[in-house]
Amino acid sequence: MGLNPPVETVYKRPETFTQTTTHYCPGCTHGVAHRLVAEVMEEMNLQEKTIGVASVGCSVFIYNYIDCDFVEAAHGRAPAMATGIKRVLPDRIVFTYQGDGDLASIGMAEIVHAAARGENITAIFINNANYGMTGGQMAPTTLPGQKTTSSPTGRDVEQTGFPIRTAEMLATLDGAGYIVRRSLHDPKNIRKAKKSIRLAFETQQRGLGFSMVELLSTCPTNWGLNPIEALQWIEERMLPVYPLEDFKVSPSLSQVRV
Amino acid sequence: MAKELLKGNEAIAEAAIRSGLEAYFGYPITPQTEILEWFSRRMPELGRTFLQAESELAAINMVYGAACTGARVMTSSSSPGISLMMEGISYIAGTEIPVVLVDVMRGGPGLGNIAPAQGDYNQIVHGGGHGDFRPIVLAPASVQESIDLTIEAFELADKYRAVVVVLIDGCIGQMMEPAELPPMQPIQKRNQEWAVTGAKDRERRILSSIYIDPEDEEVINFRLLERWNEIEANELRYKEYFMEDAELVVIGFGTAGRVALSAVRAARSEGIPVGLLRPITVSPFPYARIKKLTELACGMLVVEMNSGQMLQDVLAAVGGKIPIEFYGRMGGVVPLPDEILAEIRRLCYEPVAPSADPRKSWMKRMDIAKN
Repeated sequence: MGLNPPVETVYKRPETFTQTTTHYCPGCTHGVAHRLVAEVMEEMNLQEKTIGVASVGCSVFIYNYIDCDFVEAAHGRAPAMATGIKRVLPDRIVFTYQGDGDLASIGMAEIVHAAARGENITAIFINNANYGMTGGQMAPTTLPGQKTTSSPTGRDVEQTGFPIRTAEMLATLDGAGYIVRRSLHDPKNIRKAKKSIRLAFETQQRGLGFSMVELLSTCPTNWGLNPIEALQWIEERMLPVYPLEDFKVSPSLSQVRV
Repeated sequence: MAKELLKGNEAIAEAAIRSGLEAYFGYPITPQTEILEWFSRRMPELGRTFLQAESELAAINMVYGAACTGARVMTSSSSPGISLMMEGISYIAGTEIPVVLVDVMRGGPGLGNIAPAQGDYNQIVHGGGHGDFRPIVLAPASVQESIDLTIEAFELADKYRAVVVVLIDGCIGQMMEPAELPPMQPIQKRNQEWAVTGAKDRERRILSSIYIDPEDEEVINFRLLERWNEIEANELRYKEYFMEDAELVVIGFGTAGRVALSAVRAARSEGIPVGLLRPITVSPFPYARIKKLTELACGMLVVEMNSGQMLQDVLAAVGGKIPIEFYGRMGGVVPLPDEILAEIRRLCYEPVAPSADPRKSWMKRMDIAKN
């Protein structure tokens, strides 16, 4: 009596997260990003009205982890598929979850036009500077000099050009309501990333246009680094190329407190 | 409803609307663009979805997404645009959801031209994207038939959760004929038990064409094949003309079949006992009927606006039992009835051996005609 104070739950697995383990490599931040999306869905009570659009890449099986209706798009076409869903079901929440090969290479036209149309969808964009699923090839986001399995001596910008800063580019479009870049390399930035994912879904729920959160993520296996080194690599190598900023925030979002 | 003077492309679009079409996504390309333009005006005034996509690739994937919600959706394009849609068509087939597609064929390969042709037969009937599946393909030969088969396309798509293609050419798309449109049907919310709409008061659903375990994928392949067998057994459609006492048979689909009918009529007036078989479903293909006709006829002529793509299916059905001749025009050239009449006369008065290669002898004749 009185010896055991009541236990307060301060942290738990979100209901929107399935009871399973992921297939991701140790140290990969896909799991963190998935969880943030699941937590936001739970907080906003969106589980029953959300349709996720999975893409092609390591996150192809995201529907095994986030517990809501899902479709699986062809490589790069998630924004087009999301458009089709949202246009016939405008009161649902539709989000895509895409990697950098999917969104910024093969699917560049689809994401640009979805943003330009002000399509009321949310894109969660995982930037890990390479093609993860196929074994670490060069992506449009690969850093200058970065070694990948298809740029074995390092990305030569003379031959293969320069990294694409997708968030900055999409933010120039009038249809975009919320475009930011965040990172998953430490707890502080993870908290900021979650807040941004929340704001992206708030953007959609308020009909303020296209929203995208670009998340700098690790790929320890293909980078040839251990998990801690991979987090440091984001901070030291990726941040100088991919600044963490708010590139476009609809003025109407200023009233939203999250 | 009374008959009106209608353009093929516009009649197809309006027929789709009256069948309860909820959403259309498309991209401009001649000779199909009137379909897109018709929807751009009509769909918004009915409070339905019209969206001009940034490419055919995007259009078919928007259709894919919308179809996953159980909505009645379609797109349309012409040959080069259809090539771009092949990716999405395969995914739709693999996901087993109903979609209707209109292909208004034009001259090719490559950019080709905007004149009527039938060079997409292989890409649609034997193609339709990667993997093991077959689309249902309907080939109307008039504006009225385009209307009727568009309505039927939606019913077949729903019935078999399949891709259904209405395959016409620029000729049928562009021409105007008197035709009757169906009465307006409201949009029916079908609440499909597979549709992805948000998991409210039910288990969540996942629509995907990925089956990472080969054993699972093989199960799907068998399921698609079983469904196809059902389609072959129940949905075969063709039309025959003057076939009762025919000793010679002409086979052609769409515009080629229609021009051939004029030639068959002319040949009949000359006393040549010739009939016409016009496949309406080119997929499933009337193999059994053609095989049966080899017992009744002593020669066949296949007429197409391509290099003999359907000819291969006819040859497979005939199995060398009777002589077959081929006559084709390509690249956007439409054959005239007189050209086909000359071929019917030749088939009648100068019969060839069953073993002769119909494509090679046709090429030889075309070469002679050129000189």
